[in-house]
Amino acid sequence: MIEVRNVYFTYPSGVEALKGVSLRIDRGEFVAIMGQNGAGKTTLVKHFNGLLRPTKGEVFVDGVNTKDASVATLARKVGYVFQNPDHQLFCETVEQEIAFALKNFGFDEESIKRRVDWALNLLGLSQYRESSPFMLSGGERKRLALASVLAWDPEVVILDEPTIGQDYAQKEKLRQFILQLRAQGKTIVIVTHDVEFVADCSPRVVLMANGRIVADGKAEKILTNPKLLAEASVIPPQVTQIFMELEHLGFPREVVDLYEAREIIIKRFKMKVKK
Amino acid sequence: MALIEAKNLTFTYAGREKPSIEDINLSIDRGEFVILTGPSGCGKTTLCRCFNGLIPHFYNGELKGEVIVAGLKVDEHPTYELACHVGMVFQNPENQLFALSVEKDVAFGLENLGLPREEIRKRVDWAMKMTGIYELRERAPYELSGGQQQRVAIASILAMQSEVMVLDEPTSFLDPLGAKQIFDVIYRLNRELGITVILVEHRLDLAANYATRVIVMNDGKIVMDGPPKKILSSEKAKLIGIGIPKATRLYQILKNDGIPLRRNKTPITPKEVAELIVEAFNHD
Repeated sequence: MIEVRNVYFTYPSGVEALKGVSLRIDRGEFVAIMGQNGAGKTTLVKHFNGLLRPTKGEVFVDGVNTKDASVATLARKVGYVFQNPDHQLFCETVEQEIAFALKNFGFDEESIKRRVDWALNLLGLSQYRESSPFMLSGGERKRLALASVLAWDPEVVILDEPTIGQDYAQKEKLRQFILQLRAQGKTIVIVTHDVEFVADCSPRVVLMANGRIVADGKAEKILTNPKLLAEASVIPPQVTQIFMELEHLGFPREVVDLYEAREIIIKRFKMKVKK
Repeated sequence: MALIEAKNLTFTYAGREKPSIEDINLSIDRGEFVILTGPSGCGKTTLCRCFNGLIPHFYNGELKGEVIVAGLKVDEHPTYELACHVGMVFQNPENQLFALSVEKDVAFGLENLGLPREEIRKRVDWAMKMTGIYELRERAPYELSGGQQQRVAIASILAMQSEVMVLDEPTSFLDPLGAKQIFDVIYRLNRELGITVILVEHRLDLAANYATRVIVMNDGKIVMDGPPKKILSSEKAKLIGIGIPKATRLYQILKNDGIPLRRNKTPITPKEVAELIVEAFNHD
């Protein structure tokens, strides 16, 4: 679905943000891009909908080279939710905000109304329909930005730091929601620092440091490798931290999930009692 | 006397019918490290805005009750006077940065306090080093990444060393290691200089360890208030939807399953939980 071939990107200021990145994301995959501040995560995903074009190298979205397509065409396929909702929101009411892109994509009135209602309901924003986006709290604005993108039903959804300002219940909803999108065959890419959220979701993890990809694999492999994580300024999830301290008792190390942790400890304890 | 005191505090933003915070009674002493948490939209940021006078001086609306900070009634003193006592890091760093270089942004507050040049130089360098932005000092804040901007906003408040620091999700854009370093610096200022810290945070797994007190808000009201271990182990916090750290949850689950983990104050760090598990396995 998305193919990045040896991409370099230098900002006009001279900062070289990507230094030879290659990555292939298949249709229906769920990928979390993690890594230190300034590693190039946001720069990379901005290449997926053509907001940025490579200085060198190529990016293909569904077989189309992004240098041959407009952002407007790419956006229909790839929805991007900004890290900072204030970079995205500008309408006078919450309802208009969600309807804006739908109008631009040429949806008819009837479907616009239906989709706006659906998105408001989904993200728990129905009571703010008539409010100004700028009267909402930080966490609510973040959800509005998400609603406005999901409304046009893109095939690929990119979420830049989706858990910022979200409480535990909202995060759990977001996780359920991502699972639902996956069941519909959507491709999902999140950029995040939230290791606990990644541990809960267990996606493919792409770890970046200094403009390069330093690791790529299953969450339980990457998040339990302290050396890799340190390179990317990531701290292991709490469950993994606990299991690192239990290694001398013969416990496995690659554990990120709370319930898996529970199973392992209970099983071991039963074995010990039998002895 | 308490450093911060709110009495029957209610605030309704102009154009809203429902108050964003309602009947808040609160007293915070000098040197406390308070985490303010609660579901998104519950009024945490609104309450913080009352501590430095942004409410009622900047945000219009109806204020009832009173807030006293460092002996000053907030509604009777202008924000520039309150800023000498309360430094605030906004949720969105962009709302706070405006200078053409990082260094100038960090120095701005100090210049306005009228400190001598040498002292400003010293504090600005110190704050930039503490937050890891010294190398960025000549760059324009608006061309930095979200995480870097957040460090600049924190540095500008650290440099002030005001009696009270209010930080509204100050590390949300930072990578985990970066967030930890910032919390460590804030904790040190709290311990060594006695600076009172009010930290708005959802991610209690990162922050609970530093706090002396956790205040939980829900729907505009304070619903729980106590030491971190007590709040995190309560059923009520879970029902409100507070993010209990995974380590604490694992401890609770295992205890429910009958693993004989020593009865202890509820552990909140992975290290504490690991120690209890090791103990249970080594015990015969």
